[in-house]
Amino acid sequence: MLRLPKFRYLQPDSIGAAIRMMADNGPDAMFVAGGTDLYPNMKRRQQTPKVVIGLAQINDLRTTKGQLKDGVVLGANLTLSEVTDDSRIRHAYPAVARAAELISTPLLRNMGSIGGNLLLDTRCNYYDQNYEWRKAIHFCMKKDGDICWVAPSSPRCWAVQSSDCAPVMVAIGAKVKLVSSSGERMIPAAELYNDDGIRHLNKRPDELLTEIHLPAVNGWRATYWKLRRRGSFDFPVLGVAVSLKLSKDKTVEDSKIILGGVGSYPIEAATAEKIIAGKKLTEEIIREAAQAAYQPAKPLDNTDFAMTWRKEMARYYVAGTLRELAKL
Amino acid sequence: MAGNNGGKRSLRVVGKPFVKVDAKAKCIGELKFADDLFLPRMLHTKLLRSTVPHARIVHIDVSKAKAYPGVHAVLTGADLPPITYGALPVSEDEYPLAVGKVRMVGDPVAAVAAVDEDVATEALDLVAVEYEPLSVVTSIQDAYATAEPRIHEYGEFGNIHRRQAYEFGSIEAGFAEADYVREDITFYEGSTHLALEQHASLAQFSHDGKLTLWTSTQDMHYLHRHLAKVLQMPASHIRVIATPNGGGFGGKCDPFNHEIVVCKLAMVTGRPVKICLTREEVFYCHRGRHPVLMSTKTGYKKDGSITAMHHRTILDGGAYGGHGVASTFYTGILQPTTYKLPNYRFEAVRVFTNKAPCGPKRGHGTPQPRWAQEIQMDKIADQLGLDPAEMRKQHAIAPNSITANWIRIGTLSLRQCIDKVVAGSGWKDKFRKLAYGKGIGIACSAYMTGTQTPIYYNKLPHSGVQLKLDRSGGVCVFCGSAEIGQGSDSILAYIVAEVLGIDPFDIRVVTGDTDLTPVDLGSYSSRVTLMTGNAAIEAAERARHMLREAVAAKLEVPPERLSFADRRVFDSENPEKGVSFVDAVCLAEEKYGTLGTTGSYKPPAAPGKYKGATIGPSPAFSCTAAIAEVEVNPETGIIVVPRIWIAHDIGQAINPVLAVGQIEGCVYMGLGEALMEEMAYRGNRNLVHKFPSFLEYKSPTTLEMCDVITYLVEEPDANGPFGAKEVGQGPQLPVPPAIANAVYDAVGIRIDEVPITPDKVLKAIRAKAKGQEGRYGPSAFPTCPMPAAMVVPTPWQGGDGKALEGEPALTKK
Repeated sequence: MLRLPKFRYLQPDSIGAAIRMMADNGPDAMFVAGGTDLYPNMKRRQQTPKVVIGLAQINDLRTTKGQLKDGVVLGANLTLSEVTDDSRIRHAYPAVARAAELISTPLLRNMGSIGGNLLLDTRCNYYDQNYEWRKAIHFCMKKDGDICWVAPSSPRCWAVQSSDCAPVMVAIGAKVKLVSSSGERMIPAAELYNDDGIRHLNKRPDELLTEIHLPAVNGWRATYWKLRRRGSFDFPVLGVAVSLKLSKDKTVEDSKIILGGVGSYPIEAATAEKIIAGKKLTEEIIREAAQAAYQPAKPLDNTDFAMTWRKEMARYYVAGTLRELAKL
Repeated sequence: MAGNNGGKRSLRVVGKPFVKVDAKAKCIGELKFADDLFLPRMLHTKLLRSTVPHARIVHIDVSKAKAYPGVHAVLTGADLPPITYGALPVSEDEYPLAVGKVRMVGDPVAAVAAVDEDVATEALDLVAVEYEPLSVVTSIQDAYATAEPRIHEYGEFGNIHRRQAYEFGSIEAGFAEADYVREDITFYEGSTHLALEQHASLAQFSHDGKLTLWTSTQDMHYLHRHLAKVLQMPASHIRVIATPNGGGFGGKCDPFNHEIVVCKLAMVTGRPVKICLTREEVFYCHRGRHPVLMSTKTGYKKDGSITAMHHRTILDGGAYGGHGVASTFYTGILQPTTYKLPNYRFEAVRVFTNKAPCGPKRGHGTPQPRWAQEIQMDKIADQLGLDPAEMRKQHAIAPNSITANWIRIGTLSLRQCIDKVVAGSGWKDKFRKLAYGKGIGIACSAYMTGTQTPIYYNKLPHSGVQLKLDRSGGVCVFCGSAEIGQGSDSILAYIVAEVLGIDPFDIRVVTGDTDLTPVDLGSYSSRVTLMTGNAAIEAAERARHMLREAVAAKLEVPPERLSFADRRVFDSENPEKGVSFVDAVCLAEEKYGTLGTTGSYKPPAAPGKYKGATIGPSPAFSCTAAIAEVEVNPETGIIVVPRIWIAHDIGQAINPVLAVGQIEGCVYMGLGEALMEEMAYRGNRNLVHKFPSFLEYKSPTTLEMCDVITYLVEEPDANGPFGAKEVGQGPQLPVPPAIANAVYDAVGIRIDEVPITPDKVLKAIRAKAKGQEGRYGPSAFPTCPMPAAMVVPTPWQGGDGKALEGEPALTKK
C-alpha cells in the first residue's frame, strides 16, 4: 500500500499551544484538522511536513457562536457533517449547509473540517498523483518541478480551486480569522484566495484559521450548484455560488456570482452582477447574465470532463442558480 | 452426460436461494485475503517501476539500495533466468523484471525486499536506472505508422502483433442478395476491472526445497506452470494457493511479474516475502478491456434479415501479449451466435503500444463487437421502419443450430428473453412515444459457458473434483477452482448436497490449492459452474452409488428404490424405512474401505476443423436481452439511466440470488463502460496513465447505479450441470448498446463510441440542430495489409468444418 512518510505528531489542547508549537517548529510543520486532504497528499509526497500539529483536541475550534441576527461564528474545526446537520445553519445559511453536504462522502464529511475545506489544496491531475507518476512527467512546478504541464508556456501554475465552501463564503461575504504568534487578523473570504495554483492562499503557513464569521442574513438569499461526474463523492469541476438581495418588488439590489472549480481561485462574475443590478430577474435577463458569467471561467485540461464542455456548463449553472433564487 | 441425471429429480438444493458458504466469514472479516496473511520473519517487497514509456536500459545500479539498513535483497532482471512467460503460449513476451528494455510506464525494473514497506519504499529511491529513450507508440495509428523501433521483436511486422482473416461462406454473394448495405465505424474505449482487492502475494521457501505461493489469482493452474518454467523448478515442488479474491473480473487471470518476483525473493532471502500492490500499480497490471476500432459492413433485406457481414476490428493491445491473441479472436468470432448470419468475413489486427497491456475483462473481447452490431441493428430497424425488438426476435438464432463459423448452439431462448423485457418495460407504449429527452432502447447478446479448448494444448480434463466421505458423516469436496466472489465454492457444496441429499452447510469445501485439490483450469470464460459442476456431479454420483449399494444390502431393498434426502437414505416406497446419512457412510466404509471418489469434465468436441476453430466453441451458450430507459438533458448532454430491464437465459439457476447478483454486477459494469470509464493516457506527456486512481478514473458507485429488473429464463441445456449455463459475463454485453439506442430514442442522436459522455452528446445535439448529422463517433478506419482470408464453407454450403484447400492460412507479410 501507499505509505505515509515519517513525521512527528503533536497534539496541542489550545489555540495558544498550537501557535507556539508552530512557531517552535517553523516551516517544517503543518497543521492538520480532519486530515482528509493532507494525509493523502502526504502519501503522494506532495506535502512532506516533518511535524504535524493535530487540532482535534482544541475545543475552541469546534464551537458555533453568535446570534442569527448578528451573524454566526463557526469554529474552523467543526466537521462538515456538524455544519450540515446544524439546524440553524440549514435554516439561515442553506447555501453553506448545501455546499458542505455536497463534499465527498459521509465518511469523509465526518472527518473533514469546514476550515480545512476552505484551505483545500488546489487540485490538478498532473499534481494529484503518486511520486513515481509525477517523476514520469519530470514533475510540475507546483511540486518538485519547473513547468506547468497544463499550459507548458505559462509562467504560473493552473491547479484548480476545488473547495465547495470557498465560493459560497466569498459570495455571502464571510470573514475568516487567522491567528499566529505575531498576532491575529480578520480578512474577507474573498481576500483569502489568490489567482495562482501554488500561492492560492493569502495566508502564511504559520497562521491558523480559527473562525469563520458568517454575516447576518439580513435579507440576502444564496444558493450553490455543483457540477461533478458522480454525486456520490467527486470534487467539483464547477461550482456556482450566488447570493442576492432583492427589493420588495423583486428588483436585484445587490448580488455576488462566484464561480468555483474553473480557475485557481473563486472567480467573481462581475459583468453578470452588473447586468442583473437594478433589474428584475426575467428569463431574458438571466440568460444575458449567464452568457456574461461564463466568459471568465477558464477551465483547462487538468480535471475530469472535457474542458470546453465545463466552460459551457458555467452558463447553464449560472442560469439555474439565478432561476432558483428568483423562484422562476 | 452426468448433468442429465440431476434434471430428472425434483430439486431440493439446486435452484434455491441458499446463503453462500463463505458469506459469514466474509461479512465479519474472518476470511483471509492474500494481504491479510502474515508469517513470522516476513519481508515486504516494493517494485521500482519504469518512469519512461519505451527505452533501453543502459545501466542499473542497486549498490546503494542493497546497503540500505533493513534491506535484505534487491533483484533486477539479471538475477532471474532469462526466461519469458505470458498467459498464452503464442505470446510469452514478459520478464518478471525488465531485461534490456522497458515498454511502458510502470514496467517493473527492480525489486527490493526489506523488513517493512517503509524501508523498501525508501530503498527504491536509491536504485539508479539510466535509460536511453526510444520513440513511443501511443495509438493504433501510431503503431501502423511506426515500423521501427518495434516494441517486441516478434509478431507480424513493425508493431503489428497479430492479424487474422476468415471468411465463412461468401460475403460477396451475401451482399449481392441484400436489399441494402451499410457500413458503420464504431469505437469501444478500453476500461479496467476495478476489483476492490489490490493484487497481493506471499511466498515461502521451505528447507526441503519446496516453494509455496499464496496469491490473489483467478487461474492458479496456469500460474503454477509459469512459475515452474521461469523459476526452473519442477512443478511438483511448487504449491500455489489461490486465496479468496476480492473481485477478479479477468484482472487476475494472467501470471503476474510480482508473483514470480516474491517467489524468487523468498528463495534468495530464505524468508517469507510479501507484496501488496498499490492501486496505481493495479492500473499498470491492467489486462482490461481492449480499446477496439471497428468497421461493420452489413447486407440486409427489407425484413431486417442479415445476408452478409464484413466485420473488421483493430485492437490497441498495449505493451504485452497476455491473452491478447484470444481477445483478438473474440472481437469477431462470437458475432454469428446471436442473429442468423449466413455469410461472414472477419478481419482483426492487434497492435502493440507503450501502454498497460490489455486482456480479458468480463465478456473478454465480445462487448466491443456486440456494441458495433447492436447499435447498427438499431439503425437498420430505424431505416426499415421496423420495431427493433420485433426485428431482433424474428432473426434471433435458432436453438440447436450450427453457425456459419461452425459453433454449435444448444438451447438459446433469446426470443423468450426479448418477450420478457418488452412486456416488463412497457416497450410498446414507450418506444418512439416518450417526450423529447426521454428514451428507451434494446439490445441483445449471447455468450459462451466456458471455452472448449484449454489455453495450452492438452487432452486432459478441464476440471476435476474429489470427494472424501468418512464415518463421521462428513463430506469434503476438493476442487482446484478459484473463488473470486462469484460463489464457485458454494456451487460445489450445493451440487454435492443435491446429489447426496444432505444440507450444503454439512459439506466442507477445499479449493484453490495445487497440493490438495485436483486441477481445475480457473475462473475465466464463464466456465466454472458448468465444468466444476459436471465434475462434482460425477464424483457425487459415484459416492451415491457406493452408499446406495451398501444401504440396499443392509435394508434388503433394491438399490434403485433408495432415495437420498433430508440427511437420510430411505426406501422411496416406504420412506419410514431408511438409515441416517451418517450410518449410510459407515455402511459404505465397511463395505468398500476408505471412501473417496473423483469426477472430471472435458467439453464435447466442436464441429469446426479449420485452424482457429478451437476459439469460440463452448458446451453451452447463454443469451440476454436488455432494455434501458434514459433521460438526456438536451442543454447539458448529461445522461441519467433510471432503470434497466434484463432477461437472461441461464438454463437453470443453481442459486437464483447469486445469479441475479451476477446479472446486476454485469449491468453495473456495463453502465460504467457505457457512460464513464476510460483508460486514458497523456500521449504528449510520456504516455502516462491519465488518472491511475479510484477517485479520478470514473466509474459508477452505488449511488449512480440504476434500478435493475431481472428476469431469469430457465431453459436447461443438456451440457450444463442440472441444465445450468453461464451468467457471470454475458449479461454485460447488451447494456452499453441498449443505452446508446435509448439515447437515440430520447434525443435523436447516434453516439457511436463509448463512453457516451455529455460533451459528445451535446456536440451531436448541436450538430443535428444545425442540420448536420446528429452523430458523434469515429469516421475513418485505417487499413493494414492483411493476409488472404482462410475460407471456410458454411454448414448450409455443405461444408465439413474444414477450410478450403489451397487457401493460405494466416500468411505472414
